[in-house]
Amino acid sequence: MTLTMTMSIVHRITGGALYFGVLLMTWWLLAAASGPADYASFQAAAGSWIGKLVILLATWALLHHLLGGVRHLIWDLGYGFGPAEREWLTRATLIGSIGLTVILLVVYLALGRG
Amino acid sequence: MSTTQNNSQDMRTPTRRVRHLGAAHSGTRHFWHQRLTAVAAVPLTLIFIVVAMTLIGRNHAATVQILGSPLVAIVMMLFVLTTVYHMWLGMQVIVEDYIHHEFGKVALIMGNTFFCIAVGVACAFALLKLSFGV
Repeated sequence: MTLTMTMSIVHRITGGALYFGVLLMTWWLLAAASGPADYASFQAAAGSWIGKLVILLATWALLHHLLGGVRHLIWDLGYGFGPAEREWLTRATLIGSIGLTVILLVVYLALGRG
Repeated sequence: MSTTQNNSQDMRTPTRRVRHLGAAHSGTRHFWHQRLTAVAAVPLTLIFIVVAMTLIGRNHAATVQILGSPLVAIVMMLFVLTTVYHMWLGMQVIVEDYIHHEFGKVALIMGNTFFCIAVGVACAFALLKLSFGV
């Protein structure tokens, strides 16, 4: 399987995962709207190691789906179909999403707010 | 000349040809709205990430103050509405591609609609409550 084929299905998988990942945002907003006690419960769950892991994976999925979407928009406009270009675009999606996730992780650790 | 030939072979009625909506009865609307929401989601997602990063570790009072401020609330609302519409369209395509059992397909497409509307209403309600503090 070529990288473009793999990234095609990964785009769909990240989209499907984010479909349910949106529930994390829903929980976050509803907890904030409900009051200090509910928000503390949310923060305890999000701050646990499993919570942090899920948020890290969701962040990567979101960034990967975003960059993959931009790649598809470039293709929709009729550009980037050459053998070298399409490989380059696909590689950039993967490297970009991992790179940006690492940058956000470093910013998070540097802020040191839990 | 070729137009005349095509017309003689075309089984569609004149109304169908003029409406240009094809077998789906909605033309390219699904495709177009998928792209429309995708383009809108690019800047909105980046802003959402900045907002979320800013709020990590803050207490409830500070979170409410920031999420409830007009500019943040409006952008968050746009992000939520764009996202639920985008995922409603996307999940419909996934169901249509992989689920071939007719009853299961219809049930999942209905469930998809219910889920997306419920998520959208819940998030929108939370954001409005944070803004108006009722």
